[in-house]
Amino acid sequence: MKLKISPLVACLIGLLPAFAAADTVFVSNEKSNTISVLDSQTMQQTAEFNVGNRPRGITISPDGTRLYVCASDDDTVRVFDTSSYKLLYSLPSGPDPELAKLHPSGNPLYVSNEDDNLVTVVDVKLRRIIAEIPVGVEPEGMGVSPDGRYIVNTSETTNMAHFINTESYEIEHNVLVDQRPRYAHFTSDGEKLYVSSEIGGTVSVIDPNAKDGPVIMKKISFAVPGIVPEALQPVGVISTSDGRYVFVALGPSNRIAVIDAKSDKAIDYLLVGQRVWQLALNSAETLLVSTNGNSNDVSFIDIRTLKVLKSSQVGRQPWGVAIKAD
Amino acid sequence: MLLTVITVNMATAWADEIAAAILVVKVQEPLPISRLDLPPEDLGFAGARLALQDNQTTGQFQNQQFVLHERLASPQSAPTVLAELMAQGLRFIAVLAPAETLLQLSTKAGKQSLLINVSAPENNLRGHLCRSNILHIAPSRAMLTDALVQYLVWKRWTQVSLIAGSHAKDLLLANSYRASLHKFGANLDHNLTYQDTGGGRRSDTGHVLVQRQMPVFTQPLPKSDILIAADESNVFGAHLPYHTWKPSLVAGSSGLRPTSWHPALEAWGATQFQRRFEAVTNRHMRPEDYQAWMALRVLGEAASRTRSSDVKKLKAYILSPDFEMAAFKGQKLTFRRWNGQLRQPVLLTHDKVLISVSPQEGFLHQHSLLDTLGQDQADSKCDQFGQGS
Repeated sequence: MKLKISPLVACLIGLLPAFAAADTVFVSNEKSNTISVLDSQTMQQTAEFNVGNRPRGITISPDGTRLYVCASDDDTVRVFDTSSYKLLYSLPSGPDPELAKLHPSGNPLYVSNEDDNLVTVVDVKLRRIIAEIPVGVEPEGMGVSPDGRYIVNTSETTNMAHFINTESYEIEHNVLVDQRPRYAHFTSDGEKLYVSSEIGGTVSVIDPNAKDGPVIMKKISFAVPGIVPEALQPVGVISTSDGRYVFVALGPSNRIAVIDAKSDKAIDYLLVGQRVWQLALNSAETLLVSTNGNSNDVSFIDIRTLKVLKSSQVGRQPWGVAIKAD
Repeated sequence: MLLTVITVNMATAWADEIAAAILVVKVQEPLPISRLDLPPEDLGFAGARLALQDNQTTGQFQNQQFVLHERLASPQSAPTVLAELMAQGLRFIAVLAPAETLLQLSTKAGKQSLLINVSAPENNLRGHLCRSNILHIAPSRAMLTDALVQYLVWKRWTQVSLIAGSHAKDLLLANSYRASLHKFGANLDHNLTYQDTGGGRRSDTGHVLVQRQMPVFTQPLPKSDILIAADESNVFGAHLPYHTWKPSLVAGSSGLRPTSWHPALEAWGATQFQRRFEAVTNRHMRPEDYQAWMALRVLGEAASRTRSSDVKKLKAYILSPDFEMAAFKGQKLTFRRWNGQLRQPVLLTHDKVLISVSPQEGFLHQHSLLDTLGQDQADSKCDQFGQGS
């Protein structure tokens, strides 16, 4: 009996990847000044192209045709065709753009400018700046609520999450979080907002819809045996839309924390590459991809088994990651 | 709509004011060897002003208004200036002053005030001369010398020669190096003292004499792994590299230097911080500026977390386990509760780039790796702060 089942199981396992579409993974390489392109099925780099100086934050338009790249040292956001990798045009971004997020409709683009304490709003159709919103010192993280009503910007030295109304561009709420907030991520149902504090070593779980304004419900902390607490520095955060997991990149500890999204507790730590920074999910949400800045590679993690499948070499100092559905 | 406007106005009118002062005590010092090291006029003030801006930006979201009073004094006039500041109700005062002046000011300030030591590196100020109304931002000499020696040990460059200047602070620095070498198991091969004979330190074609004298002066030194210069007075250190009798690496006050800040630092988001400073000052940030910035940021951080302007509450929070600060060093900075010293990584740099950051890998500690730098709790002779790590 056993002998008969085994080949069948093996065969099914062999077929599984074929069911998942081959998405395209884009990775910005901060030091190579390039974007690496990888195939999500083979997990190998298929192309690499030049994008300008110091590319960091990247994002893809909802229709999948455009790749937006923050070229930090060129003070611009470059827009590329996701199929031909050709530069289409550049957008004004304000100085030193680090991270950019699109409105769920695909327009406008919200950019954080660290040098000027501003969030710049760029109309990607008109290709011009339509608003500049003064925020705290060194704005960095940028989250957009799924309904598009709010953007949340985190300021690294002010240590706040600023809730900005996308209609009026007014800051409506400020939530004080732990030291050096790096990233803001809304769950896909918009019920929770996760804000990572790199130096504070915590992730604040915020109820964005609380009656009297957004409020911190919980702070997630981390502990890994044999790792000094100072090295557990949360940066990138992403959640699965089934409400099961939240993943947190823990920087120089070289680990990704797996959070049970119901209890908001760390349940596992996955060893990836050095200085793990940003995260992305494939369209089927079966794969998690992390950029590992100091080992010049990306890790592919199987979400069903919570196992690291493979690490693949990309350019130097990979920073941002975005995945285009097939 | 009208109602909204009124609320905003009332809120502004009722904003909580948090006032602080920075007192810079200028001491007449001989000119440095290199004109690149001439102290800028706004040294210290510039960092404090940047912190005020940062605090204000944060404060506007919390209805807190920060105010900074700037005063310049001589060691003689400093106590009077402090009295004037206190008469204006100021209780949080950042001070750039020599240790003796700082201690005088501490006596005058009393328990109701808090002084923040921005520049004095004396180990004693954190030891038996510590005061409960002084917190130290400046790293102590012991933190700096430990930081360098940890790196030398990590490199296995453990045979060391030491040249000390002849001024009191040079001798204290040399003693601190000897203690650090002993602490981390490195060996002192040879000691030399460089006598400062006074006179001008710079002259046209002065290098001709230096090129003849420095090799002869260093001729007695054995072939060590590295030569440490203890020259806080800035008399000879800069002339050591390339002038020694035998080829020699130089560290300490010249060559590879331990410091709290360097304008070339780009890690941990420091680039944008450097740029913000340079945009308003048109110069590079020096360690004193960084330390003054931190002094005022400590206030800003404590005020925004406690929502208070009361110095007693602020001090209690700053020394509590809840206090932590991000300051472009890649990890949170906290205070040692047994002597009021800020824990911080120490940069090791040469002129153009960062070489390393201490503590080094492998130097372990039961509480905080940062406590491998400087006087640890067990060795502390400070009895002004009560217990607790």
